Amino acid sequence: MSAHRDASHSSESADVEGDGSRRKVGVVTFPGSLDDRDALRAVRLAGGEPVNLWHADADLHGVEAVVLPGGFSYGDYLRTGAIARFSAVMESIVKAAGEGLPVLGICNGFQILCEAHLLPGALARNSHLHFRNRDQWLRVESTTTAWTGGFTDGQEILIPVKNGEGCYVADERTLDELEAEGRIVARYVSGPTGYLDGHNPNGSQRDIAAIRNEAGNVVGIMPHPEHAIEALTGPSIDGLGFFSGVLRHLAHPREVAATTGANA
Amino acid sequence: MARVVVDVMLKPEILDPQGQAVANALPRLGVSEVSSVRIGKRIELEFDGEPDLDRAREIADKLLANPVIESFTLRVEDPS
Repeated sequence: MSAHRDASHSSESADVEGDGSRRKVGVVTFPGSLDDRDALRAVRLAGGEPVNLWHADADLHGVEAVVLPGGFSYGDYLRTGAIARFSAVMESIVKAAGEGLPVLGICNGFQILCEAHLLPGALARNSHLHFRNRDQWLRVESTTTAWTGGFTDGQEILIPVKNGEGCYVADERTLDELEAEGRIVARYVSGPTGYLDGHNPNGSQRDIAAIRNEAGNVVGIMPHPEHAIEALTGPSIDGLGFFSGVLRHLAHPREVAATTGANA
Repeated sequence: MARVVVDVMLKPEILDPQGQAVANALPRLGVSEVSSVRIGKRIELEFDGEPDLDRAREIADKLLANPVIESFTLRVEDPS
């Protein structure tokens, strides 16, 4: 299986061979991942070299950043992200994240980051019982992360959200800390069009759509930037900013104003 | 047989939409005296030898329950 994955990866990245300036960004495939292909494509369109990582392979293959994609890793058995946390690749990622490796967890990836204690809190079932799938307006509130440096503070962006268990919960003290330390990366907002059934698609506390760790290298986001990278298929190309953002961060790491060196 | 039963429940302050859905269905059965339904998980751990409650507690704490949103209780079940 692993060998097969490697083979498919090398053909996918063939068009960037020989270009030494491209930064390698890994995307992990877990059993049950759905959006790994889209994330790999987003990395490529942003100008990076996509590298497909396999959940059972602890080797990060020299990548300089990692995306944990959306989907239903291990069938969402037990809890979302609970079993993926113990995979071989996650051991390496947790260690590398502690040393500053940029990690972006999208949807199920966000759930995995919380289960792995790289981010505080948890994602619970949507408060209104429904799976929610729509184009969602977000307000970017932290641009001092490895992934969001290309946005401006307060910028409103439109990217798809699709989840059944995207309700961000944490205790009040943690929520207060996240707000005080500027670690809420994005919130759900009404945007210019508004929503008949409310701007918050899943009941997340304090409208939280994305958070970061203290150092700013680890970001978890519930909506899907990798689905908003091309005009043909997305509601916008706002999502591309996360992928071009990390590439810019890797090229100019000093631009990221990490507040502390410690991790969450 | 050495069995430890772990019950995992959402903490009281965490909304339980599954339980709510079931509660909302009860009136259709003619049930009106149940005011709240909460849904959890029952997990059975079979040990090879003697049931090890400390080991089971470690398993529950690290994997079976997420302490951010869930609590758990465990007990040895009589082999009968």
